[in-house]
Amino acid sequence: MRGSIKLKDISEKEILLASGHRMCSGCGAAIVVKMVLLASDYPIVACSPTGCLEVTTCISDYTSWKIPWIHSAFENAAATIAGVETMHRVLVKKGKAREDIKFIVFAGDGGTYDIGFQSLSGAMERGHDILYICYDNEAYMNTGTQRSSASPLGADTSTSPAGDVIPGKTQHRKNMTRIMAEHNIPYAAQASPSHYNDLMKKIRKALEIKGPKFINILSPCNRGWRSNSNDAIELSKIAVDSCYWPLYEIENGKTTVNHIPKEKKPLRDFLKPQGRFSHLFKENNIHLIDQLQKKIDEDWNRLLQSC
Amino acid sequence: MKIRGWKDLNEGPVIKNPGNSILYKTGSWRSFKPVFLKENCTDCLLCWLYCPDMSVVVENGQMRGFNYDYCKGCGICANECPGKKRQKAIVMEQEGK
Amino acid sequence: MKTISAVTGNEAIAEAMRQINPDFSAVYPITPQTDLMQKFSSFHADGYVSTEVVLVESEHSAMSACIGAACAGGRVVTATSGPGLALMWEMLFVASGMRLPIVMPVVNRALSAPLNIHGDHSDAMGARDSGWIQIWSENAQEAYDNMIQAFRIAEHMDIRLPAMVCYDGFIISHSISRVEFLSDETVQKFIGDFTPTNSLLDIEKVVSYGPLVLTDQYHEYKKVQNDVISSIGEIVLKVADEFEKVSGRKYSLFDSYRLDDAEIGIVILNSAAGTTKDVIDEARKKGIKAGLLKPRFFRPFFYNEIAEALSGLKVICVMDRSDSFGAFGPLYTEIASSMFHMKNKPVLINKIYGLGGRDYLPVHAEMVIDELSEIAETGIVNHYKEYIGLRE
Repeated sequence: MRGSIKLKDISEKEILLASGHRMCSGCGAAIVVKMVLLASDYPIVACSPTGCLEVTTCISDYTSWKIPWIHSAFENAAATIAGVETMHRVLVKKGKAREDIKFIVFAGDGGTYDIGFQSLSGAMERGHDILYICYDNEAYMNTGTQRSSASPLGADTSTSPAGDVIPGKTQHRKNMTRIMAEHNIPYAAQASPSHYNDLMKKIRKALEIKGPKFINILSPCNRGWRSNSNDAIELSKIAVDSCYWPLYEIENGKTTVNHIPKEKKPLRDFLKPQGRFSHLFKENNIHLIDQLQKKIDEDWNRLLQSC
Repeated sequence: MKIRGWKDLNEGPVIKNPGNSILYKTGSWRSFKPVFLKENCTDCLLCWLYCPDMSVVVENGQMRGFNYDYCKGCGICANECPGKKRQKAIVMEQEGK
Repeated sequence: MKTISAVTGNEAIAEAMRQINPDFSAVYPITPQTDLMQKFSSFHADGYVSTEVVLVESEHSAMSACIGAACAGGRVVTATSGPGLALMWEMLFVASGMRLPIVMPVVNRALSAPLNIHGDHSDAMGARDSGWIQIWSENAQEAYDNMIQAFRIAEHMDIRLPAMVCYDGFIISHSISRVEFLSDETVQKFIGDFTPTNSLLDIEKVVSYGPLVLTDQYHEYKKVQNDVISSIGEIVLKVADEFEKVSGRKYSLFDSYRLDDAEIGIVILNSAAGTTKDVIDEARKKGIKAGLLKPRFFRPFFYNEIAEALSGLKVICVMDRSDSFGAFGPLYTEIASSMFHMKNKPVLINKIYGLGGRDYLPVHAEMVIDELSEIAETGIVNHYKEYIGLRE
């Protein structure tokens, strides 16, 4: 299962997210979902909480999903899929459902880090056989870029605006991947659409593991990040190369870093193209970039040491 | 597509036509369009993989062009295209030019 | 074959759930529902049920998991009380909006603040607009019987709506009374097999559940929901008829007690109806023409049928075990609505009683009957809405 992904081979596959969805032009989340679906050879039942992906892919009477899909509310994707997955076990026992179905959640960082955190933590603790994917665009994009606990320090969001007195978000982001791994789940990982091979291999690997799996995937949002519509892949690549978004996996407690940049790029390269950080480059705020860089370096070193 | 009236909604909010969003064409959102220059293409298929709108047409492992019904003109394909000898196989052009 | 036992209300419902043996239950313990789920969990642990029980981390997740499981195409049950129902509130609307026949005992309990674990109806009344069918039960026997009928009503192909079965916390849930159980086989046969519709697990017939619906269609979805829940009366009566055949116990849309020739009447829900009936018997001995109406359903509310049953009365007291602060009690407003179109309207007063488990004693019913008699005689109403049984 872990061989390299050949695009020529997978290009033969039907993409199970249809065109005509209403994600913004250049949306990273749409690319993430597409890659995940392409990686799987299993029948999938998916669930999304309320969010960008949900409102744009299933707006009555249209759906972009070619797989069974459910949305019920914002804060409960993990609980909803837990119900579906459990009923699957019941119906398999009764011979009323196919056994090989896999269950995937596609949730944003709002539905994962914040409002959905309790239900996610509960589902992970109970050990449901699900793959929970967070497409992390670092704020509540669906409602207009309000800060989330995934928004990085200094980010200018609509509820943590860069003002004359307060320079954007005043807190660091949560380390959700690590928090999930601490639930003693068999598999937690971080991936980026720029490194599609790594991403798709992680999906394939996760789907072979029984129990709860969590994969956090950076998902650039050009509207909220105030960057260009064509740079989702470029930015996610710089995020990896600056170690802002390290690619790693924690399998049964064992950490592996999947990509060590040959030359670690300065965080500024990631921040500079994004309007949400432009105020940080003003003289009186530049210390925040240093603070952010320090945090990134510490986290990266900690990650390397944990291997 | 005709929006269903109340008499057709008795089963609750469930859509039974998987992938019927292809009936909703998003190409009109575009202000720039990608243009395919076959001579510079190596069929690496990165454009196909990275297209958020499933608008890159690939047949038999070969890039054939774009489905402009859905392409929103984001330009990721052009940005990521490695091209051949530093010549991109996809360039963006302003719509209506 | 029937079994007669002395059990608590919660044990009676746990027994119903064992006999029903649903596919799935996601649940979170909350007083006074707790020992119902403990009992059911023991049935699960001892292998008496094949139900998959998911012990979630909150009531919100309980209802969310039930929604997922119901969309996956099986029989689903949960149970809650007071604040637990309040925490589910958002998801109640999702369950009914998605037309999922989930059945849920609600062991009625007060809402905070101040914190109180005892019986009143604030929880279910708070959920009255959630699109759930609400069936109310006077005692453990009715709760058991309603629980079994609830599945037939909720899962009926012309209905497909969730239903809550309400009974009073502690007063019924924890006190022991005589309950006549049907045999497992009778219950199984009565409820029949679950018929899934649009199963999420059917990968041949792929469905998307829970779309965003904007101004062009939301209104229509709500119209359908209202039409469906408003028209369940016939099915309720048919199910009750069939239930009578297997149990010998008769049910209808509401329970009327000595109403036929009554001049004064009390309208009341759940356990307090029992006490009130006894007091009415005493009043009748004194020549007071008193009667009682106990709605079995609060949603839908059977306005016409109830108005008809109350039409001969001169004075009615509607008694609410919950309040709508700054307004009349919720049961009162429904009774008032049902009487509005009548030519000869009775005088209608509202008493708020028994909040947070405050005892409702025969003396309270006596006082109400005395007041009604006086109003019938003098036509003078001193209070249209009043709390009774207060500590001064």
